[in-house]
Amino acid sequence: MILEVLLHVLAAVLMITVVMTMAGYSVLAERKVSSWIQGRVGPNRTALPILSSIPIVGPLIVGLGLFQPLADGLKFLFKEEVMPGHVNKFYYVLAPIITLIPAMTTMVVLPFGQMIDPESGQRIPLILANIDIGILFIFAVGSLGVYGVVIGGWASNNKYSFLGSVRSSAQMISYELAMGISVIPVLLLANPPGMEGGLSLVNVITSQDSLWNFVLMPISALLFLICLFAETNRTPFDMAESETDLVGGFHTEYGSFKFGLFFVSEYTHIIVGSGVFVALFFGGSNFLPWLPNPWPSGIIGGVISVLWFIAKVVCMIFLFIWVRWTLPRFRYDQVMNLGWKILLPISIANLVFYIIAFAFYEKLIN
Amino acid sequence: MAGKTRAIERTPLSLSEKTYLPQIVNGLKTTFSNILKPNVTLQYPEERPVISESYRGVPTLVRDPNGREKCVSCQLCEFVCPPKAIRITPGEISDSEEDRVHVEKGPQEFEINMLRCIYCGFCQEVCPEEAIWLQEDYSVSGYSREEFLNNKDRLYELGGTMPDNHYKWDKKKEAELNGHEGHH
Repeated sequence: MILEVLLHVLAAVLMITVVMTMAGYSVLAERKVSSWIQGRVGPNRTALPILSSIPIVGPLIVGLGLFQPLADGLKFLFKEEVMPGHVNKFYYVLAPIITLIPAMTTMVVLPFGQMIDPESGQRIPLILANIDIGILFIFAVGSLGVYGVVIGGWASNNKYSFLGSVRSSAQMISYELAMGISVIPVLLLANPPGMEGGLSLVNVITSQDSLWNFVLMPISALLFLICLFAETNRTPFDMAESETDLVGGFHTEYGSFKFGLFFVSEYTHIIVGSGVFVALFFGGSNFLPWLPNPWPSGIIGGVISVLWFIAKVVCMIFLFIWVRWTLPRFRYDQVMNLGWKILLPISIANLVFYIIAFAFYEKLIN
Repeated sequence: MAGKTRAIERTPLSLSEKTYLPQIVNGLKTTFSNILKPNVTLQYPEERPVISESYRGVPTLVRDPNGREKCVSCQLCEFVCPPKAIRITPGEISDSEEDRVHVEKGPQEFEINMLRCIYCGFCQEVCPEEAIWLQEDYSVSGYSREEFLNNKDRLYELGGTMPDNHYKWDKKKEAELNGHEGHH
């Protein structure tokens, strides 16, 4: 019993470490990819004394800027902790924490791999908590993150911050609807009649053993992706921090480590969001569409499947960055129009279409 | 007027254009092709830009290929200099310097204040002796005001030697030796 709890705690710590590291390196990836797109070089100077003097590998690591996240993190840690005089101190400190916690919590129900038990031959999903409400939990907790943004903007006592947070909350509410509805066809497929159902992402991944959902439901995948961009406050939907009209948006008054927390939670949102998208539409830790998973049973196979999942998530993160440095920002009214007048009707039509299609399919089979 | 203006017919957006998606895909293609292109930036302190020959960098004093200082201290550059960055103390050339006593004058001290200099190149343009040149040196830095005051030695060190097409003063000396009176 105690061993089991310890194992779970260990897995949780490991997952947090991996996600935090990935968040740090996403920041680096953001800087590197943006510089490549703009014909620049990007961070390539940060060097650690011993590691960077290894003959061939050292200069390569330094050139790719792999030590940069370390320097960035240290910078945030050692900066002066400024508390502006005009803020509401309690909520001002609370906001970054409230933003980070939901971002880190949603990954609990994210299945990041699978393992075949060598004795029984059964498939064990690798997941921190395989709870029945799965995707609902992600939506519920994930959208709590907007409270951090709203509280931060309000506590800053700055009109730009406040405008940024108001925009962001309006945007989150608008896009959450379309996002939730676009996922329902996936859940319908994952829970065929006559089976014990559930909203867990494990079911969704099992249903994608041969055919991935994005082939079957491209519209759903596209809608979910667009809403994901909006939910994570990324360009072209970065209303909350549109630098050109709102200084820095909700985190204008934040600095040093508190800003760092906002920053990390933003990237954690992206990573977990990418993970959810991969799980829903790109087969999670499954190998390739129409191919059986070639992984050996036991722990080695499990590790390979986790790495495969991470590779897919990294591709998604690249897409996020790529889109950010391609598209300009939407105007606020355009964002609202797109959310309410276009995405929501399309997602409802999409849902109706798949409900009818599934019903016909059931009739056809029986 | 009516013949010249032409109304451009604006076709309504097609369905695929209304979705923005083909445009977004095109944009993504463009940015991705940029990733594969070589970088346009220089790693500055290690890599230096190529400086063209007509570049107007730091003004310097030059010698001719025989090692004679070209400046004859006429002070035209000092007078033309818009920000008054140049200060020349003229001096005579003593009889002991046999190979250049015929030049009569040379600068005793020649100072260019790089904090004042605006790199306009007037001094180079006005110089009748082609003695002052704005060369390719563009990176001027220092810790004190004194470091930006280029004196004569420093100016010659920066300038080095420039080719001379005329050897004007040698011709004059030759003419004098041959008995023709040179005209001033």
